[in-house]
Order: sequence, then structure tokens, then C-alpha cells
Amino acid sequence: MNAVTAPPSAPLSPYSSAIGKSNIETHTLSVLVDNEPGVLARVVGLFSGRGYNIESLTVAEVVQAEHLSRITIVTTGTPVAIEQIGHQLERLVPIHKVTDLTLRGDSVERELAMIKVAGRGQDREEALRLADAFRARVVDASIESFVFELTGAAAKINQFVELMRPIGLVEVSRTGVAAIARGPQAM
Amino acid sequence: MSNLITGAEMVVRALQDQGVDSIFGYPGGAVLPIYDALFHQNQIVHVLVRHEQGAAHAAEGYARSSGKVGVVLVTSGPGATNAVTGLTDALMDSIPLVCITGQVPTHLIGSDAFQECDTVGITRHCTKHNYLVRSIEDLPRVLHEAFYVAQTGRPGPVVIDIPKDIQFALGDYFGPHKIEHKTYKPRLDGDAEKIEHAVTMMLAARRPVFYTGGGVVNSGPEASRLLREFVELTGFPITSTLMGLGSYPASGDKWLGMLGMHGTFEANNAMHDCDLMIAVGSRFDDRITGRLDAFSPGSKKIHIDIDPSSINKNVKIDLGIIGDCAHVLRQMLDAYRARKSAPDEAALTRWWQEIDKWRARKSLSFKQSGAVIKPQYAVQRLYELTKNRDAYITTEVGQHQMWAAQHYHFEEPNRWMTSGGLGTMGYGLPAAIGAQIAHPGALVVDIAGEASILMNIQELSTAIQFRLPVKIFILNNEYMGMVRQWQELLHGGRLSQSYSEALPDFVKLAEAYGAQGIRCSDPASLDGAIIEMIESPRTVVFDCIVDKTENCLPMIPSGKAHNEMLMPDEDDIEAVIDAAGKMLV
Repeated sequence: MNAVTAPPSAPLSPYSSAIGKSNIETHTLSVLVDNEPGVLARVVGLFSGRGYNIESLTVAEVVQAEHLSRITIVTTGTPVAIEQIGHQLERLVPIHKVTDLTLRGDSVERELAMIKVAGRGQDREEALRLADAFRARVVDASIESFVFELTGAAAKINQFVELMRPIGLVEVSRTGVAAIARGPQAM
Repeated sequence: MSNLITGAEMVVRALQDQGVDSIFGYPGGAVLPIYDALFHQNQIVHVLVRHEQGAAHAAEGYARSSGKVGVVLVTSGPGATNAVTGLTDALMDSIPLVCITGQVPTHLIGSDAFQECDTVGITRHCTKHNYLVRSIEDLPRVLHEAFYVAQTGRPGPVVIDIPKDIQFALGDYFGPHKIEHKTYKPRLDGDAEKIEHAVTMMLAARRPVFYTGGGVVNSGPEASRLLREFVELTGFPITSTLMGLGSYPASGDKWLGMLGMHGTFEANNAMHDCDLMIAVGSRFDDRITGRLDAFSPGSKKIHIDIDPSSINKNVKIDLGIIGDCAHVLRQMLDAYRARKSAPDEAALTRWWQEIDKWRARKSLSFKQSGAVIKPQYAVQRLYELTKNRDAYITTEVGQHQMWAAQHYHFEEPNRWMTSGGLGTMGYGLPAAIGAQIAHPGALVVDIAGEASILMNIQELSTAIQFRLPVKIFILNNEYMGMVRQWQELLHGGRLSQSYSEALPDFVKLAEAYGAQGIRCSDPASLDGAIIEMIESPRTVVFDCIVDKTENCLPMIPSGKAHNEMLMPDEDDIEAVIDAAGKMLV
């Protein structure tokens, strides 16, 4: 029925072959919504129902007085599919605005991660040295573990996690990407 | 604070204030307060269906034939889940519905209470929008907003789930005039610059074609009127989707017939060979395009639609104009007239000459001979004998639906109710009931198949109760004909489960319900039997025994292009579909 259930080796449907599938891009969408029950289910359900991808998703209320929440979604797809995702989101009744930050140009994207590392002796020193280089903060420490807090672009967090792995990486908790366009204008 | 009324009374007041005259529903525990409020008034007629799916389809038939919002009232749990098929059908075909569902009291929600289900969760994907009303203060706003959302922009179904304690709660009611939605404001007028650009493209066209769809019907009668004016002004040929039939009259000389999988040879070839396609309120559905990478390869495409997500969804568009069909057509007409020039007349004449060659192929022809009624002949005779009566036609889904679309010819919009997008067997009889409620004196015929009609046959009882003289015209070939046709095309003729075994005697069945039954199997007596049906003041079930082996042609086989049609006079049906085509539906 959709890409999720089809085996990876299945031939492309002739119905869908007119629009190229090769140029997959990653885009960050900002979506302003009414913070009402079910609105997140509508957004997530739209992605699963139509076979779109969610790489990361964050949501929180940003205008308390008007109960507006901002959802940041990182998605992948062809430019045509991503344009379609934007239009499909705009059809949802509680959605105020959809902006493709990647299309709009320069934007700042940040993610917060907490990384738990366990180890003794040399490993602890190495972990602290690397944390310092990445400007990660120690938010918890025990005799045999640290929890580091790190904010930055997703790539920076990925790199830090990989460096911690041989030292004694236990687990990672990440917020997903929050993003905002540079310059004076709102989304 | 003396104006406090209950939530149930608010529902009825809001329906009255929205101008609703008829609703379709079925009572149950969680909607009893609303039914009690209905009991105390005479303004709204409640049509009691026999199954909630029937209520939704009846409301669709009412809405599609009248241009108004169809209203459904059902209880919680099974009442709501039974309505889901009808809601999905309305979403796919953009039919404005407001469906009010009862819900268990708020303090029981989430406790797996009796007849509880997560109605807003279940219907989230099959409605344009839905609401769970958690406080009486929200109820009047939600009721009016639901009507606004259902009929504004691209129409669709809206569910309002009302817990039973909210129906009993007291609150202040206010009327519909205060509603202005804060986010949902669809755009009606097209962008003026793009309209000028579109007109320039039209004036430069040498092989243009209008390709129109259900959006023209949804936009209202004015859109059809403007479309006719535009076609006459330009002299361009026009074809339409299944859902768009009637917006341009089938008797018009620019009419190419329906396009798509079972469309005419001339319509599909014109789509394939055109140099400019003007799509109005149509959505490039897979039944229309056939093989996408071979779809109309040499054309520029203009697409007018109220839903931005329709543009560039399946087919790359050169110029997308977002707006309501009637508004944009008026703007384009004005802009076209203002140019005071015309397309290359010689090129247009050559284009028409080419089209006439395709027309001469007579792709809808069939041979009625011998002692067996051909299904196409039955529809043709039905058309000839009812065409002067401004009839409303509904269908079920399958071969009979396509034969009805091919051989019944529509002069006006809103006369043709069929399940296009979802393809719901069992749609036609309840839809005919809804159309008859909206047009009490009119002739309403459900062209049916013997398999489809059994899916909602219980609604015959509704027709009898409300003395609705709907005519059910069954093309009985004892097969799920379209399933059988595809098994012949794709599965070596192994007719797995597609024979209609153990059929009822439809004449006796009609009589058992209190309707009139007519059976006809003889071509010579068909006209007389059809006349008997249409002149009867009663509900009639017409069992028309037709050729059991006839297949629905012409056809664009799955995975093929518009210019690779399978024609009625070609036998080699099984060889035409390749492995890739076999994967498709």
C-alpha cells in the first residue's frame, strides 16, 4: 500500500515513475499550530498516512496567550515530495503557517543532547577533555559516570557521541532540532 | 443568564440556524438527548436509515444533488465506526458533510466504556477536520465552525463528537453570524498575473483541451455556466472525469465524453496528443492518467484548483492557479475577452479534424442482437426513456457504474452521484435516498449491480418508510463483473470468488420490503418494463437480466498510456498487460 510495507526490492510503480525519486533532500519545516488536543496526532498521522519521513520532530508552546505551538520537523524527500508535504500540512485546519526554512535560506538549527558515559581512570579524564573541547557541560557525575549536556548542530552532537562510544557510552537523549530563520523577519 | 439551553438543544438550534431541513441518522444510547430535542420540533426531518453507513451515503447523495451540506447523526462506538466508510467516501470525493456522533460521558472517556470508541482518533484520517467537544462553552462555536469548514474551500466531511454529559449540560447558545475562523481561510480568487499568463498560453495553443473534474460541480452551478461560456468562446474541446460529468452538457458539440481508464478513444487521445491541457477542478487521479511517464508527453499544463496540494501532486504542472473554479473561470473569461485576439484558427480546425477521426472510431459501440440484453443497451434505453425527465442518477461501483457513465448522458451538474475516489460498493441506494429527499418530485434512479446492491439492501426499508419512489435498476449478470473482468485480464481467467452465488429473487425481495419488483430478460420487452418502472409511484427494484460475459470497454489497461487503449473490437485482451501493470490496481 505504501512505501513502508513494500519490500525494498519492489519495482517502482509505473504510476509513480514520472516524478524522479533520485534527488532526495533534507529540509527543516517550521509549523505554527493551535495548541489543541490532537494537533500533534494530525501532523504525525499525515506523515505516516502518506508515507513521508520524519527525521526529527520537536514541539512546544511558544505563544502562551494565544496557545500557539511551534513544531519543527526535519524531513527527507524529493523537492516535489517536500513541496507536497508543505501543502498537505497547510490543509490541516488548526495549522496557522508552514515555512520551509531550508528553502528560505539561512537558518540556525540547534539540538540539545544529554549523553551518559561510564568509565574509570583514564577514560574519565579522556571524556572530560573531549567534553571541554566540545563545550559540553557536566550535569551529573558519580564515581563511575558522567552525564554531559551538549547543545549544537546535529552533526556536532553526532561527532561527540561517536567519540564517547569507545570510552563508555551508556545512552543518549536528544531533543531533536529546533530551528529559526536568521534576520529580522518572523517565519 | 436566562437563555441557558442544553447541549442537545443547541445541536438542534444550530442545525436549524444553518438552514438544515433533513438529516440522516440512527439513534442509540449516547445520542438520546439529541433525539429527544429533535422530538420537540418539526422543522428538521430526520430520515431513519437502517445502517449508519447508509446515513453517510444518503447525506452524500443529498449534498451532491443539492449543493448543501449533508448532515449525519449517529451514536457512539458502532454508530461512529459504521459511518467511517461513508466519511472516507465523502473525503475522497470532496462532499460537504457534518457528522454528529454521540460519545460516552467525559468522565468515562478512556475507560473502555460500553459503546465507547476513540471516534476522533478513528476519523482523523477520513475527515477534513474533527472535534471532540469537552465543554459546553465550546459547543455553539464548534457546531457552526463545522459547517464552515465542511463547505468552505475544498469541501469535505467534518465530525463533531459530543459526549453525553455535554448534551445534558446547560450553556449559552449563539447563532452562526459570529463565526470567523482564525486559520482556515481558503483563497477564492486566482492570482491575476497567472491568469494573464494562462490566457497567453491558451491563445498560443494549437491543440488545446479542457480537462474538468468534480471541483467544477462542487464550486456550484455558476462554475458550470462559466465553463460552458468559456468552451463556446474558445472553441476548445472538453473532456471530464467521472466526478465532473454534467458540468458541460453531453449534447454539446465540443464534448469528447469522459476520459480515463474507461473513457472514450477521442477523449484519451486528445489528452495524449494535446499541446495545452487546461485542468479545472480535477486532480490527475491514477484512473485518469494511466501510466504517468507517458501521460500527455507533449503538453503544457494549466491546473486550476482550490487545494494547493492538488497541484504538482501526481503530474508536473507548468502553471498552477489556486482558487475557486467559478472565480478563476470568470477571471479567465474576462482576461480572454479583453485580449481581443484568438488562437490560430487553422490549427484548431486541424485539431478538430484529428479529433473527428478518433470520434469516428465509435469506441463506445456495442452490438445488441439476439435474445440477451446487453448491459450497455439497458443503460442506453434507460437514458432514452428518462432523458426528458431531468433524472438524478446514482450508481454502485463496478462495470455497471462505468456503463452508466458511458451511456447515460448528463446535461446538467448535480444529476450524477457516484463513488469516484473510494469506489464504495453499496453507495448507490442510500445516495439515491438522499437525492430523493432533496428533490421529492424528481425521478431518481440507482443504476446498480446485483452484487453491489446487496451491500446496503437494508436501505430499501428506509425508502419504503419515507415513501421515496427511488428506482433501483440492477444490471444483473450474476458476477462481480469488474472483478471478473480483471481476473480475465490478469489472472488467467481463474474466477476466484467473483460469481454471485445464491442470489436472492430480487422481485420477491422487493415485495418482501413492500416495494414493487420488475424483472426483464428480453430485449424486446425492455422498453415497456422501463416505462412501467418510471411511471410507478412506488419504490421499484428492477432486475434487468443482462449478458453474463460482457466486459467494460474501451479500457486503458493498467500500466498503459492514453494512446494504448483496448478497444471493444479487439479480442487479445489477456496479452496486453505486462508484469508491472499487473501490480497496479
